[in-house]
Amino acid sequence: MTRPDHDAPTSPTGQAGPIIEVTNLVRDYGGLGRKSRRVRAVDHISFGIQPGEAVGYIGANGAGKSTTIKLLMGILRPTAGQVRTCGLDPMRRRIDVARQVGVVFGQRSQLWWDLPLRESFTILAAIHRLDPAAARDRTARLVDELEMGGQLATPVRSLSLGQRMRAEIAAALLHSPRLLVLDEPTIGLDVLSKQRLREFLVEERRERGTTLLLTTHDMGDVERLCSRVLVVDHGRLAYDGTLPGLAATVGAERLLVIDLAEPTRPLQDVPGARLVAVESDGLRQRLAFDGARTTAAAVLTEVSRRATIRDLAVEEPDIEDVVRRIYASSAGQR
Amino acid sequence: MADFTPYRVVLRSRMRAQLQYRTSFVTDVVGTLGVGLTELAEVLVIFHNVDVLGGLDFSAALLVFALSNVCFSVADMLVGHLDQLPTYIRAGTIDAFYVRPLPLLAQFMASDISLRRIGRLSVALGALGVALSIGDIAWSAATVAIIVLTLVSGTAIFAALFTAAGGLQFYVVDGAELTNAFTYGGAYAAQQPQRVFPDLLRIFWTFVVPTAFIAYLPAVAILDLPGDHLAPSWLAWFTPLAAVLAWLLAAGCWRAGTRHYQGAGG
Repeated sequence: MTRPDHDAPTSPTGQAGPIIEVTNLVRDYGGLGRKSRRVRAVDHISFGIQPGEAVGYIGANGAGKSTTIKLLMGILRPTAGQVRTCGLDPMRRRIDVARQVGVVFGQRSQLWWDLPLRESFTILAAIHRLDPAAARDRTARLVDELEMGGQLATPVRSLSLGQRMRAEIAAALLHSPRLLVLDEPTIGLDVLSKQRLREFLVEERRERGTTLLLTTHDMGDVERLCSRVLVVDHGRLAYDGTLPGLAATVGAERLLVIDLAEPTRPLQDVPGARLVAVESDGLRQRLAFDGARTTAAAVLTEVSRRATIRDLAVEEPDIEDVVRRIYASSAGQR
Repeated sequence: MADFTPYRVVLRSRMRAQLQYRTSFVTDVVGTLGVGLTELAEVLVIFHNVDVLGGLDFSAALLVFALSNVCFSVADMLVGHLDQLPTYIRAGTIDAFYVRPLPLLAQFMASDISLRRIGRLSVALGALGVALSIGDIAWSAATVAIIVLTLVSGTAIFAALFTAAGGLQFYVVDGAELTNAFTYGGAYAAQQPQRVFPDLLRIFWTFVVPTAFIAYLPAVAILDLPGDHLAPSWLAWFTPLAAVLAWLLAAGCWRAGTRHYQGAGG
């Protein structure tokens, strides 16, 4: 496993040490009754997250992502191993952890369903015992940045999915947490809503240095938001490192899309590259190559010996494909 | 001093939400008013046919009915929604409570208030007024003290029953029927003259689920009735103690319930 160097700025509150520390964490479900089968949802996972990091926690359905989040927040008790969130044991110090962390469970609203959105913010500010003036400023700012001014008077149940998700995130950030945990924040959102949400999160992190832990199915979220990825598979940590590193680990190929000046024969003989597709009588050709063995420049040089290049694009590996390969290889080991 | 602002803000918003839909609110109030009147009618019908039930005459029985109903209505209004817990568990919304920096039980208690129960409460208060004015009561400071202690402690006992039932529902998610046996069953038992029950049941409703303390024992003391071997009139003074014990039990049930949830998971 690769562990890149993380540039970790000190946290806003100045508290030293990792913001999340998980050691040999195990969590089983069931198995108490005689008939029920014991299922291991989290299987000896260890990782640390430093203040200021942005980490994508990815994996298939049932891989153990949501269980890990519940363990981090003190909603579930570990079967074995240790959890420290903001330096605290969340089972013993749930309330102190809750003060410093903002959580969004993608498909479960934390807002007051039957009240105008504005009231959810008022109630949450009171729950976190925020100073009223400070709470007003913070709300106004979040509402402005997330462009929700028009929905403040709308009952939460009448918001669109995209509006609701932005409201959930504003609600989770209201008390200016050190750590923001998002469980599938973009699930079901349209392209534009996803885009706006990601832009907001990038901005929020740049301004406040909030640590981000994100579970998602959407590789776009990870690519745009995260400098580090954790891949879980069947409860085990399959990868911990950077996104490019992930692609390199599983040998995912990058893709060169080359537009040529005139119809050309299929370029099957380029060293280090593999012809994937030929379009428009050879006017556009797609060549895949392994970034670890050769470079885009080397491939281009070879191509230009054979034809005149008019335009080109490099496509990064499809991360879903990368993750699929990880699953496939670990399934092969079992 | 503890700062109750968060709870006040939540409760205020719950009330506003309920009052927002006037028609539906009024309908609900009429509904609980109907429930209260039906229960009262039961007492009236019985005493239309008999003069004495379980050693109590009509005014004494009405006092028992009124005390228990006032306490139950208030407790039901404040924490009756704890039996909605399985809904929260199934929908996963319970997790939202865990990630807020307040004690879980306090959050659940403050998460709703059933203003519609005001219908039933007003029937009970009316009955209490009538029972106290027609009853043969030698008024003294002690009488007043017993009435006040009873109303406060009785409400606390019912609230404890709801809380204990809530704690048990972490174990049996479809256990509303089971736990209602203690809450609504306890309410029914509380409003009966205890001597209509066989001794074993009376012991249960006095010393296990202490609903006899909510109305029957205080009524015996207020009206200065002779009492009997299971209900000496001095026992009424132990109503606050019964409330404390009920709350110890309730806190234990709740704690065990939340720990079970953290162990078993949603």
